[in-house]
Amino acid sequence: MDGLTQLSLFLQVSVQMGTPILFGTLGGILCEKVGHINLGVEGMMLMGAVFGFMASVATGNPAFAVLAAGIAGAFGALIYAVITVSLRGNHTVTGLALTIFGSGVAGLLGKQLTGMAQPEHVIASFAAYSVPGLSKIPVLGEMFFQQSIYVQIAPVCAVLLYLYLNKTYVGLNLRAIGENPGAADASGIKVNLYKYLHIVAGGFLCGMGGAYLSIVFVPHWQDNITAGIGWIAVALVIFSTWNPLKAIGGAYFFGILRGIGYKLQNADMSLFGRQIQISSQLLDMIPYLMTIIVLVLIVQGKRRENQPPHALGNPYFREER
Amino acid sequence: MKMNKKILAMLLAGAMLFASACTQKEPVTSSSESAASEAASSEAASSEAASGETDDWASKTGAKTFPAIAKEDLKIGFVYVGPADDGGYSMAHDNGRKSMVEALGLGEDQTMIVENVPETSDCETAIRNLIDQGCNVIFTTSLGHMDWTANVAREFPDVIFEHATGSTTGENMSTYFGRMYEERYLSGIVAGMKTKTNKLGYVAAMPVPEVIRGANAFALGAKSVNPDVTVEVKWLNSWYDPAAEKNLAIDLLNSGCDVIGQHCDTTAPQVAAQEKGAFAVGYNASTLDAAPKAYLTSPIWDWGKYYTAEVQKMIDGTWTSAKVWAEASTGIVYLDKLSDNCEPGTQEAVDAAKAKLDSGELKIFAGPLKDNKGVERVPAGSEMTDEEMWTMPWFVENVVGTALE
Repeated sequence: MDGLTQLSLFLQVSVQMGTPILFGTLGGILCEKVGHINLGVEGMMLMGAVFGFMASVATGNPAFAVLAAGIAGAFGALIYAVITVSLRGNHTVTGLALTIFGSGVAGLLGKQLTGMAQPEHVIASFAAYSVPGLSKIPVLGEMFFQQSIYVQIAPVCAVLLYLYLNKTYVGLNLRAIGENPGAADASGIKVNLYKYLHIVAGGFLCGMGGAYLSIVFVPHWQDNITAGIGWIAVALVIFSTWNPLKAIGGAYFFGILRGIGYKLQNADMSLFGRQIQISSQLLDMIPYLMTIIVLVLIVQGKRRENQPPHALGNPYFREER
Repeated sequence: MKMNKKILAMLLAGAMLFASACTQKEPVTSSSESAASEAASSEAASSEAASGETDDWASKTGAKTFPAIAKEDLKIGFVYVGPADDGGYSMAHDNGRKSMVEALGLGEDQTMIVENVPETSDCETAIRNLIDQGCNVIFTTSLGHMDWTANVAREFPDVIFEHATGSTTGENMSTYFGRMYEERYLSGIVAGMKTKTNKLGYVAAMPVPEVIRGANAFALGAKSVNPDVTVEVKWLNSWYDPAAEKNLAIDLLNSGCDVIGQHCDTTAPQVAAQEKGAFAVGYNASTLDAAPKAYLTSPIWDWGKYYTAEVQKMIDGTWTSAKVWAEASTGIVYLDKLSDNCEPGTQEAVDAAKAKLDSGELKIFAGPLKDNKGVERVPAGSEMTDEEMWTMPWFVENVVGTALE
C-alpha cells in the first residue's frame, strides 16, 4: 500500500476515535457556556452507552437507540442541574459525583449485558457507507465520506451548535448568562430555565457520544467502555476555547494522537543518523499537556473571544445580586 | 501574637526535622508496588534478626502437609482483579470456581468472591476481610496481588493461600498458572494456515514476559506451518481499553495484516477484523458470535479442573504448597473448537501438533532460536528452562516488534 492510502486509512480511524470525544466536548461546551463546569461527562457518556445498547438490543431500532442514549445522558445532566442550579451545589464536586454515579449505573446494568453483541441490522444501519462522488476525493473522502452516518452527524452538530451560540438571539442570551447571570436576569432572561435546558441538552450530546462506542465502534458490551474518553473531552472543552468549530479540529487531532502511538511503534525512524524511539506513554500524555499549555496561553493572551465564560463555576443566587 | 505564631511554627518545624531524623535510622521502605515484596521480606528479616531466628517461611514451601479440612468446614475466598462477569480473565476464574463448587458438592455459602480488587494495599484489606468472615482457603488471581497475598499468608500460617500467575511461594502459599503458550502455539498454526499476505498482527496489552512469551509461541506456531510468516506485535500499554484495542487492530489491518491475534480482554480486535474482511484469533472465551465472519478460534482458560483438584487435596489432607505451571494436557488451557472460517486441513495440523506437545516430543522453545535482532538465544540441541521462559524478554526471529531488550 502506498503512503497516501496509508495516511487516509489512518485518518479514517482517527476520525472515528475522535467522534465520541467530539460529542462529549460539544456537551461540555454547551454546559460551560451557561456557566456550569461539568466534570460528569464521563458518567453521562457511560449512561448513554449502556442505555443506548440496551434500547438497541430490546427494540432493534437504531434511531430509538440513539434517542434512548441521549435521554439517559440528559437524565444524568438533569440530576446535575437540580443540584447545581436549584440547590446551588458545588459544580466540581457534583460533576465528579455524576461521573462516579454514571460509571456505577453503567456497571450495574451492564452486568447482564456482558459479552452481548448488537443486533445485525443495527450494526448494518450504522455501517460505513460511501457518499457518491464525494468519497472519491483523496484523503478527505476516506476521512468523512466513507464513514458511518453517526460519525458524520458529529461535525454537523458542532456547526449547528456554533451557529446557535453565536448567530441567534437565544444563543446571545445564554452566553450572557455565562458571563454575568445577574445582568442577564435583570434584563429579563429566565436564567434558571436557560441553565436547565442547556445543561440537559449538553447531557443529551454526551450520551450520544457514549452510545457511539457501544453501538457502532465496539458493538459489544464491555464494562467501562469509555475508559477515560470523557476526561479527554473535558480537557478539549478548554483546548477548543469553548468554540464548537475549534472542537471539531481538536477532537480529530486528539483522535490522531490516540492512534499515532500505534503507528509509530516498530516504525523505522532516525534523526541525524541515530535510531530514535518515541515512547507511547509520552504520546498518551500529549492531549493533557497541550490542554495545560493552551490554558496558560489563553490566560496570558487575554484575547476576549478565547476567555472562559466569566461566571463559570459560580453558583448564582438571585438574592445576592 | 504574630511573634508567638512564628515561634510556634519554628518549634513545629524543628520537631518535624527531629522526628524525620529519628525515623531515618529505620530501614527505608519503598511504597512502590514492585518493591513491596522486598520491603516486606526485609522487614521480616529485620524483625527475625532481632529475635535471633531465620526466615524460613519461603524456604518451607511444600514442607508441611496440611491437615484435612472437613468438606462442610471449608470456606473459600476468591479475589478477582476485575468484575466476575467481565467476559474475560476474571470470568474464567469465576467459572472455574462455579464448576469446582458443583464438582465437589459444596454449599452456596462456602465460597465467597471479592471483585474489582486493585493491585494495591486494597488487596490486603480484601483478603483480611475474607479471613475475618471465616475463610480458611484464599485464591488470589492477578499478578499484582502476589505481594499482598504473601504479607497476609505470613501472618496466618493456618490459612491456605494460592496465588495465580506469580512466583512467590511459602509454607502455606502456592502459586499456580497454566502453560497458555502451548495453546497460543496451536492458535498460531491456525492463523499461519489462514493468512494470504503472510503478515499476522498481534494486539498485545503490556510489555511483560507473559505477553512476550505468548506472542513468541504464536509466531513459532505460525512459522511451523508457513515458513514465510511474520507477526507484527504492537503494544496497547493498557490491560483494558475497548476502543483502543479496536484502534490498534485497525492499525495492524491497515498495514497489511490479514489475521489478528490478541493478548487483550475484549472482542474489539475480532470486530475490527470482520469489518476489514480479515480474520482473528480471540482469547479467554469462545466469541464466535462477536465476529462470526472473522473468528477462527481462541485459546481459553479452564481453571475448574485445577480448583477442583486442589480443594479435593485439602479435603483429603494431602495439600502442600507448590509452584504449579500446569501443562495443557491437564486441561487447564484448551483451544476452542475451530470455526468454519478456518482453512481446510487446519484441524489435522492442530491435532498433530497437540499430540506431539502432549507426548513431550515437541518443545516450543527449543533451539536453535534467534531473537529478532539476529542474536542466537537458544543454541541447537538445548531448550529453555521454565525459569528462562518465565522471564522471557526478547521476541523470536519472525516477530516484528520491540520487546523488553
